[in-house]
Amino acid sequence: MTISVEDVRTSRKVLAEMDYTPAKIDKGYAGQSLYVNLSEARIEPKTVTQEMKDIFTGGKGFGLRYLWQAVTPDTKWNDPENEIVISAGPIGGITQYPGSGKSLVVTLSPTTGSVIDSNVGGYFGPYLKFSGWDALELQGKSDKDVVLYIDGDKGKVTLEEIELETGASHLISEVLTEAFAESEEDKQHISVVSTGSGADNTLIGMLNFSWYDPRRQVVRMKQAGRGGIGTVFRDKKLKALVVRFSGLTGKNNNPADFGKIQRAGVKIHREINKFDDVQCRMRQVGTANLMTVMNDYDLLPVMNFKYGSHPEGKKISTEVFISKFTQNVYDGCWYGCSMSCCKAVDGFELKTGPFKGEKVVVDGPEYENAAALGSNWGIFDPDFIIEANFYCDTYGIDTISTGTMVAFIMECYEKGILNKEITGGLELNFGNKEAAMELLHQLGQGKGFGKIAGLAIRRMKKVFAEEYGADSNFLQDIGMEAKGLEYSEYLSKESLAQQGGFGLANKGPQHDEAWLIFMDMVNNQIPTFEDKAEALHYFPMFRTWFGLQGLCKLPWNDIEPEGNKQLEEANKVPEHVQNYVDIYNGVTGKNIDKEELIRQSERVYNFQRVFNLRLGFGRREHDRVPYRSQGPVTAEEYESRQERYDGQLKELGFDIEGMSTEDKMKVMRKHREDMYEKLIDAVYLRRGWTNDGVPKLETLKALGIDFPEVVDVVKKHL
Amino acid sequence: MILVNGKEVGYEDGMTVKRLLEKLNYTFPMIIVRVNGKLVSKEEWETFVIPPDAKVQALHQIAGG
Repeated sequence: MTISVEDVRTSRKVLAEMDYTPAKIDKGYAGQSLYVNLSEARIEPKTVTQEMKDIFTGGKGFGLRYLWQAVTPDTKWNDPENEIVISAGPIGGITQYPGSGKSLVVTLSPTTGSVIDSNVGGYFGPYLKFSGWDALELQGKSDKDVVLYIDGDKGKVTLEEIELETGASHLISEVLTEAFAESEEDKQHISVVSTGSGADNTLIGMLNFSWYDPRRQVVRMKQAGRGGIGTVFRDKKLKALVVRFSGLTGKNNNPADFGKIQRAGVKIHREINKFDDVQCRMRQVGTANLMTVMNDYDLLPVMNFKYGSHPEGKKISTEVFISKFTQNVYDGCWYGCSMSCCKAVDGFELKTGPFKGEKVVVDGPEYENAAALGSNWGIFDPDFIIEANFYCDTYGIDTISTGTMVAFIMECYEKGILNKEITGGLELNFGNKEAAMELLHQLGQGKGFGKIAGLAIRRMKKVFAEEYGADSNFLQDIGMEAKGLEYSEYLSKESLAQQGGFGLANKGPQHDEAWLIFMDMVNNQIPTFEDKAEALHYFPMFRTWFGLQGLCKLPWNDIEPEGNKQLEEANKVPEHVQNYVDIYNGVTGKNIDKEELIRQSERVYNFQRVFNLRLGFGRREHDRVPYRSQGPVTAEEYESRQERYDGQLKELGFDIEGMSTEDKMKVMRKHREDMYEKLIDAVYLRRGWTNDGVPKLETLKALGIDFPEVVDVVKKHL
Repeated sequence: MILVNGKEVGYEDGMTVKRLLEKLNYTFPMIIVRVNGKLVSKEEWETFVIPPDAKVQALHQIAGG
């Protein structure tokens, strides 16, 4: 899998090109988006209308709007009409406030069949905007592998054939960075989007977004992981996107009030400097700071979400990962991010696979990866997790889906649904490191049982039932997917609000809409259905806003200002909410308040719900969840926490004397499923939706998204 | 018996805030503790004795994920 820079340079063959004059950014917007039709090798600019800015704001909002216009209700993920849209949002690219370099990627997902969105670091989004484009739309399918190159310095876009005979995303990023850079210093001005062979061979392909780390002198990558976006990318025969922009300053967004942004930035940089070491330690360990906490609070997924902790959890604790990550080095995935949390393991020697024996830089593991590729497989070996993380990234497969679906496979193997004959000899018991790593390589390379595993859980359930005679009800209970997307890595059994946070999320059970476990389960701050519904309105809307702007969520609440704990709504971190209002107003020159901030999100959130409806999803039946996310499916789960569960049944008034475990599980299940339905009722009411989860016409009107085509979709469901 | 975040927890004579948090395995570094409505600072956890029948809030300042 080697590839030379010289080969890349000499093999470049231009299929289409467009010269342009990069737009001057005005208050966060370039005013133009770039449309590329891969079937026709056509490149053209589009004007960004005022309506786009007013209603859809940017980022994910732009992605959803363009995608809506591109597809019909019948479009499938692998139809040429499907688009991948990448957009940074108006705040994206500022360098004064941490976490401001995100790209939002939107497409129709191979695993859900509906809209998926993913929020990713790396430099691509800001460089794309500063090259003159608020968004990039990729439609159609090429008949040969192609690379799209956007040179923001020269004002030129080219669609090219380049010989890249490798399925390793880290090599593609490295070689293209080197080939397109005009000097060593110029490498920092390049960002590459690519994926690997796993995206050709599975439905869970993801995209790596790169940047050049001048301190380590290596190309680093962050991931747009969820929902198979990389699979769509390869289906379009895209090998890579490359952007080059060398004119970065702190004012490329041409903000309306630079001082306002700067003041907010100075405040939070001070907070991070002063408090991070005694709060989350993001600069030391990133999101892996959660490893110890989750294990201690019985929330770390262990063995396909059966349990929430394990005695061996200490082997993959926060402190262990601190010792693995390189310390005292800047680890921001965009300029100016003092949170500096994208930690890396340097000089890691791989023990398996096509790069065995090579020393590499591994980005991560973040919390999700460590839980997905470790505890959820019953594996408590940090080096195994680091290696699995590296291979997921370079194969271009989503760590979270990989983790959750292999955990599902392991439970099926242990239950006898699968056997060695079916798995091609792999003994996929929980904890079997060799078999698990081999399956990961098979996924990445499209071999053996990896071809079935790569279908992801929803399709695997069908195969296992139809071909291997498995009980489909049991598979439904333990297969941790909803809407076709694999669960991210938190145990939600004891938090009804988090069950809703996962189940009601527009794209499927990802934690980026709502993470309410502690507010609900531990703090008991939202005891009633109405309290939970309010939280399941506010937090998903607030967190959606990051995706409209090109922002990272982490600096909102993974650092807290002095005095926050005294405040009544400490969980909202009110001072940081005001920072976001200030930087938005500072960039755009508008004068929004914190209520309008939520309305911006509500417009896009409800539009996405209607988009789901348009594609045949988005109703109550689609918000149902597997019972493993709500309670104990098996006797071993119940009995492992018997004192807790018995106590809960007694509190509910059940006389459990003489009841078998099975009987207790039955009444508990009935109760928990009823609670979930009541929660859904309350949330729909709070969100202005019907009892079937359809946004009401008055809701759409109040938000100003009652376009005829939106109303037409909704009316069919009223 | 005391109430911690609205749930009953067995009381021990001379129970300090530190002991209570240990008993509940509340290891998260950012917890706000109020005993009968009064904020107890982290520096006082080792010495502050919780009275019997107290209402305790141990609010974890985490909204992670």
